[in-house]
Amino acid sequence: MAETAAPATSYEKNLSLRVSPAAQLRADFETGSVRGVVELSEVAFLTMVGLRINRTSDAGERIVSITGGLPAACGDVSDHGDTSVLWLGPEEFLVVAPREAHESLGGDLIQALREALGDGAGQVVDLSANRTTFELRGPRARAVLEKGCSLDLHPRVLKAGTALSTEIGNIPVVLWKTGDESYRLFPRASFADFLGRWLLDAMREYASPEVP
Amino acid sequence: MLLISCPNCGSRDETEFHYGGQAHVAYPENPHELTDREWAEFLFYRDNTKGSFAERWLHSTGCRQWFNMLRDTVTYDIQAVYPMGTPRPDAAGQRTADTGTASTAADSTTTGSAAPDISGTSTSATSISSTPAPEGATK
Repeated sequence: MAETAAPATSYEKNLSLRVSPAAQLRADFETGSVRGVVELSEVAFLTMVGLRINRTSDAGERIVSITGGLPAACGDVSDHGDTSVLWLGPEEFLVVAPREAHESLGGDLIQALREALGDGAGQVVDLSANRTTFELRGPRARAVLEKGCSLDLHPRVLKAGTALSTEIGNIPVVLWKTGDESYRLFPRASFADFLGRWLLDAMREYASPEVP
Repeated sequence: MLLISCPNCGSRDETEFHYGGQAHVAYPENPHELTDREWAEFLFYRDNTKGSFAERWLHSTGCRQWFNMLRDTVTYDIQAVYPMGTPRPDAAGQRTADTGTASTAADSTTTGSAAPDISGTSTSATSISSTPAPEGATK
Protein backbone atom coordinates (compact mmCIF):
# COMPACT_ATOMS: atom_id res chain seq x y z
CA MET A 1 0.00 0.00 0.00
CA ALA A 2 3.01 2.28 0.11
CA GLU A 3 2.02 4.84 -2.46
CA THR A 4 4.54 7.51 -1.56
CA ALA A 5 8.20 6.60 -1.65
CA ALA A 6 9.28 8.65 1.33
CA PRO A 7 6.48 10.02 3.46
CA ALA A 8 7.48 13.43 4.65
CA THR A 9 5.23 13.65 7.68
CA SER A 10 3.62 11.17 10.04
CA TYR A 11 0.31 12.33 8.59
CA GLU A 12 1.27 11.19 5.10
CA LYS A 13 2.75 8.03 6.54
CA ASN A 14 -0.55 7.18 8.19
CA LEU A 15 -2.37 7.61 4.89
CA SER A 16 0.14 5.39 3.11
CA LEU A 17 -0.41 2.68 5.72
CA ARG A 18 -4.16 2.44 5.36
CA VAL A 19 -5.49 -0.79 3.86
CA SER A 20 -8.55 -0.94 1.67
CA PRO A 21 -11.24 -3.53 2.51
CA ALA A 22 -10.42 -5.75 -0.49
CA ALA A 23 -6.67 -5.09 -0.64
CA GLN A 24 -5.91 -8.75 -0.02
CA LEU A 25 -7.78 -9.65 -3.22
CA ARG A 26 -5.83 -7.33 -5.50
CA ALA A 27 -3.71 -10.13 -7.03
CA ASP A 28 -6.80 -12.33 -7.38
CA PHE A 29 -8.61 -9.54 -9.20
CA GLU A 30 -5.64 -9.28 -11.61
CA THR A 31 -5.54 -12.98 -12.39
CA GLY A 32 -9.31 -13.45 -12.31
CA SER A 33 -10.05 -10.66 -14.79
CA VAL A 34 -10.48 -11.81 -18.39
CA ARG A 35 -9.15 -9.01 -20.61
CA GLY A 36 -11.75 -7.71 -23.00
CA VAL A 37 -14.47 -9.96 -21.52
CA VAL A 38 -14.99 -9.05 -17.89
CA GLU A 39 -12.58 -7.21 -15.61
CA LEU A 40 -12.83 -6.54 -11.90
CA SER A 41 -10.88 -4.08 -9.81
CA GLU A 42 -11.22 -2.22 -6.54
CA VAL A 43 -11.29 1.56 -6.52
CA ALA A 44 -10.14 2.20 -3.00
CA PHE A 45 -10.79 5.12 -0.67
CA LEU A 46 -13.34 7.07 -2.68
CA THR A 47 -14.84 9.92 -0.72
CA MET A 48 -18.43 9.17 0.22
CA VAL A 49 -20.78 11.37 2.16
CA GLY A 50 -24.17 10.38 3.48
CA LEU A 51 -26.79 13.09 3.14
CA ARG A 52 -30.15 13.14 4.89
CA ILE A 53 -31.95 16.21 3.69
CA ASN A 54 -35.27 17.32 2.34
CA ARG A 55 -34.57 18.35 -1.26
CA THR A 56 -37.02 21.22 -1.22
CA SER A 57 -35.97 22.75 2.09
CA ASP A 58 -33.69 25.78 2.34
CA ALA A 59 -30.79 23.64 3.53
CA GLY A 60 -31.50 21.27 0.64
CA GLU A 61 -31.19 24.10 -1.84
CA ARG A 62 -27.93 25.22 -0.24
CA ILE A 63 -26.60 21.68 -0.61
CA VAL A 64 -27.72 21.58 -4.24
CA SER A 65 -25.47 24.56 -4.86
CA ILE A 66 -22.50 22.43 -3.68
CA THR A 67 -23.37 19.11 -5.31
CA GLY A 68 -24.93 20.54 -8.45
CA GLY A 69 -28.21 18.72 -7.80
CA LEU A 70 -29.98 16.14 -5.71
CA PRO A 71 -31.63 13.24 -7.58
CA ALA A 72 -35.42 13.19 -7.43
CA ALA A 73 -36.42 9.56 -7.83
CA CYS A 74 -35.24 6.00 -7.34
CA GLY A 75 -32.30 5.18 -9.62
CA ASP A 76 -31.43 8.78 -10.44
CA VAL A 77 -27.86 10.02 -10.25
CA SER A 78 -26.92 13.67 -10.51
CA ASP A 79 -23.42 14.35 -11.82
CA HIS A 80 -21.49 17.53 -11.23
CA GLY A 81 -17.92 17.33 -12.47
CA ASP A 82 -16.37 14.30 -10.81
CA THR A 83 -18.84 14.39 -7.93
CA SER A 84 -22.00 12.29 -8.17
CA VAL A 85 -25.01 12.07 -5.91
CA LEU A 86 -26.88 8.75 -5.77
CA TRP A 87 -30.51 8.44 -4.68
CA LEU A 88 -30.86 6.06 -1.74
CA GLY A 89 -34.21 7.17 -0.37
CA PRO A 90 -36.68 10.06 -0.60
CA GLU A 91 -34.53 12.07 1.80
CA GLU A 92 -31.32 10.06 1.73
CA PHE A 93 -28.47 10.44 -0.73
CA LEU A 94 -24.91 9.22 -1.18
CA VAL A 95 -22.28 11.61 -2.50
CA VAL A 96 -19.42 9.86 -4.31
CA ALA A 97 -16.31 11.88 -5.10
CA PRO A 98 -12.66 11.12 -5.88
CA ARG A 99 -10.40 10.38 -2.96
CA GLU A 100 -8.72 13.77 -3.25
CA ALA A 101 -12.00 15.37 -2.17
CA HIS A 102 -11.57 13.96 1.33
CA GLU A 103 -10.29 16.36 3.96
CA SER A 104 -7.44 13.99 4.86
CA LEU A 105 -6.01 14.71 1.39
CA GLY A 106 -6.73 18.39 1.44
CA GLY A 107 -10.21 18.36 -0.08
CA ASP A 108 -12.99 20.55 1.21
CA LEU A 109 -16.13 18.75 -0.02
CA ILE A 110 -17.34 17.50 3.35
CA GLN A 111 -16.66 20.78 5.07
CA ALA A 112 -18.49 22.65 2.34
CA LEU A 113 -21.49 20.33 2.69
CA ARG A 114 -21.49 20.78 6.46
CA GLU A 115 -21.47 24.52 6.08
CA ALA A 116 -24.24 24.34 3.50
CA LEU A 117 -26.38 22.29 5.87
CA GLY A 118 -25.80 24.82 8.63
CA ASP A 119 -28.49 24.49 11.26
CA GLY A 120 -31.00 23.03 8.81
CA ALA A 121 -32.70 19.72 9.55
CA GLY A 122 -30.59 16.92 8.14
CA GLN A 123 -27.27 15.17 8.30
CA VAL A 124 -23.91 15.29 6.54
CA VAL A 125 -21.87 12.26 7.54
CA ASP A 126 -18.47 11.17 6.24
CA LEU A 127 -19.08 7.59 5.11
CA SER A 128 -15.86 7.09 3.14
CA ALA A 129 -14.86 4.09 5.23
CA ASN A 130 -18.35 2.57 5.21
CA ARG A 131 -18.24 1.08 1.73
CA THR A 132 -15.60 0.18 -0.79
CA THR A 133 -15.99 0.35 -4.56
CA PHE A 134 -15.69 -2.45 -7.07
CA GLU A 135 -15.55 -1.70 -10.76
CA LEU A 136 -16.81 -4.42 -13.10
CA ARG A 137 -16.30 -3.81 -16.80
CA GLY A 138 -16.68 -5.71 -20.03
CA PRO A 139 -19.25 -7.24 -22.34
CA ARG A 140 -19.90 -10.06 -19.84
CA ALA A 141 -20.28 -7.82 -16.79
CA ARG A 142 -24.06 -7.99 -17.00
CA ALA A 143 -24.01 -11.78 -17.25
CA VAL A 144 -21.86 -11.94 -14.11
CA LEU A 145 -24.21 -9.70 -12.14
CA GLU A 146 -27.30 -11.53 -13.33
CA LYS A 147 -26.12 -14.63 -11.48
CA GLY A 148 -26.88 -12.96 -8.18
CA CYS A 149 -29.11 -9.96 -8.77
CA SER A 150 -32.83 -10.19 -9.35
CA LEU A 151 -33.19 -6.75 -10.91
CA ASP A 152 -33.77 -6.52 -14.64
CA LEU A 153 -30.31 -5.53 -15.84
CA HIS A 154 -31.16 -5.55 -19.53
CA PRO A 155 -30.08 -2.24 -21.11
CA ARG A 156 -33.62 -1.47 -22.23
CA VAL A 157 -34.59 -1.27 -18.54
CA LEU A 158 -31.38 -0.35 -16.72
CA LYS A 159 -29.81 2.60 -18.49
CA ALA A 160 -26.30 3.87 -17.93
CA GLY A 161 -26.29 6.47 -15.18
CA THR A 162 -28.67 4.58 -12.91
CA ALA A 163 -27.89 3.58 -9.34
CA LEU A 164 -30.06 1.16 -7.37
CA SER A 165 -29.79 -0.12 -3.85
CA THR A 166 -30.40 -3.85 -4.02
CA GLU A 167 -28.96 -7.29 -3.27
CA ILE A 168 -26.18 -9.01 -5.19
CA GLY A 169 -25.06 -12.43 -4.07
CA ASN A 170 -27.53 -12.10 -1.16
CA ILE A 171 -25.77 -9.09 0.35
CA PRO A 172 -26.95 -5.48 0.24
CA VAL A 173 -25.11 -3.50 -2.41
CA VAL A 174 -25.57 -0.20 -4.20
CA LEU A 175 -25.28 -0.99 -7.91
CA TRP A 176 -24.38 1.93 -10.15
CA LYS A 177 -24.33 1.45 -13.90
CA THR A 178 -21.73 4.00 -14.99
CA GLY A 179 -21.53 3.05 -18.66
CA ASP A 180 -22.99 0.64 -21.17
CA GLU A 181 -20.65 -2.13 -20.03
CA SER A 182 -19.30 -0.84 -16.74
CA TYR A 183 -20.72 -1.03 -13.26
CA ARG A 184 -19.69 0.21 -9.85
CA LEU A 185 -20.67 -1.85 -6.83
CA PHE A 186 -20.62 -0.43 -3.33
CA PRO A 187 -20.58 -3.21 -0.74
CA ARG A 188 -20.08 -2.42 2.91
CA ALA A 189 -16.48 -2.89 3.98
CA SER A 190 -17.19 -6.05 5.93
CA PHE A 191 -18.84 -7.62 2.87
CA ALA A 192 -16.06 -6.61 0.46
CA ASP A 193 -14.08 -9.83 0.78
CA PHE A 194 -17.17 -11.98 0.31
CA LEU A 195 -18.45 -10.03 -2.68
CA GLY A 196 -14.99 -9.92 -4.27
CA ARG A 197 -14.66 -13.69 -4.07
CA TRP A 198 -18.26 -14.14 -5.18
CA LEU A 199 -17.62 -12.03 -8.27
CA LEU A 200 -14.37 -13.86 -9.05
CA ASP A 201 -16.26 -17.16 -8.89
CA ALA A 202 -19.01 -15.80 -11.13
CA MET A 203 -16.40 -14.53 -13.62
CA ARG A 204 -14.43 -17.76 -13.80
CA GLU A 205 -16.42 -19.45 -16.54
CA TYR A 206 -15.69 -16.62 -18.99
CA ALA A 207 -11.96 -17.42 -18.88
CA SER A 208 -12.67 -20.71 -20.64
CA PRO A 209 -13.49 -21.03 -24.33
CA GLU A 210 -17.20 -21.14 -25.00
CA VAL A 211 -18.61 -24.64 -25.29
CA PRO A 212 -20.43 -24.90 -28.59
CA MET B 1 -40.87 -15.46 -3.41
CA LEU B 2 -43.22 -12.51 -3.20
CA LEU B 3 -42.70 -9.66 -5.62
CA ILE B 4 -43.53 -6.59 -3.54
CA SER B 5 -44.14 -3.24 -5.17
CA CYS B 6 -42.38 -0.62 -3.07
CA PRO B 7 -44.03 2.82 -3.43
CA ASN B 8 -40.60 4.38 -4.01
CA CYS B 9 -38.58 1.74 -5.82
CA GLY B 10 -41.05 -0.41 -7.75
CA SER B 11 -41.20 -4.20 -7.75
CA ARG B 12 -38.49 -5.90 -5.73
CA ASP B 13 -37.91 -9.32 -4.26
CA GLU B 14 -39.40 -10.17 -0.89
CA THR B 15 -35.87 -10.70 0.51
CA GLU B 16 -35.23 -6.94 0.31
CA PHE B 17 -38.06 -6.27 2.76
CA HIS B 18 -38.68 -6.71 6.45
CA TYR B 19 -42.05 -7.50 7.92
CA GLY B 20 -43.42 -5.10 10.50
CA GLY B 21 -46.49 -6.90 11.80
CA GLN B 22 -50.07 -5.78 11.87
CA ALA B 23 -50.80 -2.24 10.72
CA HIS B 24 -53.23 0.25 12.28
CA VAL B 25 -52.54 -0.73 15.89
CA ALA B 26 -53.05 2.68 17.45
CA TYR B 27 -51.02 3.71 20.47
CA PRO B 28 -53.36 4.18 23.44
CA GLU B 29 -54.25 7.79 24.11
CA ASN B 30 -53.68 7.47 27.85
CA PRO B 31 -51.39 4.50 28.45
CA HIS B 32 -51.32 5.16 32.20
CA GLU B 33 -55.03 4.59 32.51
CA LEU B 34 -54.91 1.13 31.01
CA THR B 35 -55.11 -1.97 33.10
CA ASP B 36 -52.27 -4.45 32.83
CA ARG B 37 -54.43 -6.66 30.69
CA GLU B 38 -55.32 -3.86 28.26
CA TRP B 39 -51.67 -2.83 28.04
CA ALA B 40 -50.61 -6.40 27.38
CA GLU B 41 -53.23 -6.70 24.69
CA PHE B 42 -51.94 -3.55 23.04
CA LEU B 43 -48.36 -4.79 23.19
CA PHE B 44 -48.69 -8.44 22.32
CA TYR B 45 -52.12 -9.34 20.98
CA ARG B 46 -52.50 -9.22 17.22
CA ASP B 47 -55.07 -10.46 14.78
CA ASN B 48 -54.39 -13.78 13.12
CA THR B 49 -56.55 -13.18 10.12
CA LYS B 50 -57.25 -15.73 7.47
CA GLY B 51 -57.79 -13.58 4.40
CA SER B 52 -57.12 -9.89 3.82
CA PHE B 53 -54.68 -8.57 6.40
CA ALA B 54 -53.23 -5.05 6.70
CA GLU B 55 -49.58 -5.17 7.63
CA ARG B 56 -46.51 -2.96 7.74
CA TRP B 57 -43.42 -3.56 5.60
CA LEU B 58 -40.00 -1.95 5.46
CA HIS B 59 -37.95 -1.82 2.26
CA SER B 60 -34.79 -2.35 4.28
CA THR B 61 -32.34 -3.00 1.43
CA GLY B 62 -33.70 -0.25 -0.80
CA CYS B 63 -35.15 3.09 0.20
CA ARG B 64 -35.48 2.13 3.91
CA GLN B 65 -39.03 3.49 4.06
CA TRP B 66 -42.03 1.94 5.77
CA PHE B 67 -45.32 1.37 4.00
CA ASN B 68 -48.57 -0.50 4.52
CA MET B 69 -49.74 -3.45 2.52
CA LEU B 70 -53.03 -5.30 2.28
CA ARG B 71 -52.24 -8.94 1.69
CA ASP B 72 -54.31 -12.08 1.59
CA THR B 73 -52.75 -14.46 4.09
CA VAL B 74 -54.10 -17.48 2.24
CA THR B 75 -53.32 -16.71 -1.38
CA TYR B 76 -50.51 -14.19 -0.73
CA ASP B 77 -52.29 -11.91 -3.17
CA ILE B 78 -51.13 -8.32 -2.57
CA GLN B 79 -54.33 -6.29 -2.79
CA ALA B 80 -53.09 -2.79 -2.02
CA VAL B 81 -49.93 -0.87 -1.15
CA TYR B 82 -50.56 2.44 0.61
CA PRO B 83 -48.58 4.98 2.67
CA MET B 84 -48.17 4.92 6.42
CA GLY B 85 -50.78 6.95 8.24
CA THR B 86 -53.57 6.48 5.72
CA PRO B 87 -56.63 4.42 6.59
CA ARG B 88 -56.94 0.85 5.44
CA PRO B 89 -58.43 0.74 1.95
CA ASP B 90 -61.50 -1.36 1.41
CA ALA B 91 -60.29 -4.49 -0.31
CA ALA B 92 -63.44 -4.80 -2.37
CA GLY B 93 -63.29 -1.12 -3.33
CA GLN B 94 -59.63 -1.20 -4.28
CA ARG B 95 -59.94 -4.24 -6.45
CA THR B 96 -62.47 -5.13 -9.06
CA ALA B 97 -65.51 -7.10 -8.05
CA ASP B 98 -63.97 -10.41 -9.01
CA THR B 99 -61.65 -10.35 -5.99
CA GLY B 100 -64.27 -11.64 -3.63
CA THR B 101 -65.09 -14.66 -5.67
CA ALA B 102 -61.54 -15.13 -6.93
CA SER B 103 -60.11 -15.29 -3.44
CA THR B 104 -62.44 -18.04 -2.35
CA ALA B 105 -61.80 -19.90 -5.56
CA ALA B 106 -58.06 -19.56 -5.12
CA ASP B 107 -58.49 -20.63 -1.53
CA SER B 108 -60.11 -23.86 -2.56
CA THR B 109 -57.54 -24.59 -5.23
CA THR B 110 -54.54 -23.89 -3.01
CA THR B 111 -55.89 -26.01 -0.20
CA GLY B 112 -56.58 -28.76 -2.66
CA SER B 113 -53.28 -28.87 -4.52
CA ALA B 114 -50.47 -26.90 -2.99
CA ALA B 115 -50.75 -26.83 0.77
CA PRO B 116 -52.23 -29.88 2.42
CA ASP B 117 -51.53 -28.63 5.95
CA ILE B 118 -53.71 -25.57 5.32
CA SER B 119 -56.58 -27.80 4.33
CA GLY B 120 -56.30 -29.44 7.71
CA THR B 121 -56.69 -26.14 9.47
CA SER B 122 -59.43 -24.92 7.20
CA THR B 123 -61.66 -27.85 8.12
CA SER B 124 -61.36 -26.91 11.77
CA ALA B 125 -61.88 -23.19 11.13
CA THR B 126 -65.48 -22.30 11.74
CA SER B 127 -65.38 -18.74 10.44
CA ILE B 128 -64.86 -19.84 6.86
CA SER B 129 -68.11 -20.25 5.00
CA SER B 130 -68.69 -23.91 4.42
CA THR B 131 -67.80 -24.74 0.86
CA PRO B 132 -67.45 -28.22 -0.53
CA ALA B 133 -63.83 -27.54 -1.48
CA PRO B 134 -62.15 -28.45 1.83
CA GLU B 135 -64.00 -31.74 1.95
CA GLY B 136 -62.88 -32.50 -1.57
CA ALA B 137 -59.37 -31.49 -0.60
CA THR B 138 -59.28 -33.82 2.37
CA LYS B 139 -60.37 -36.71 0.20
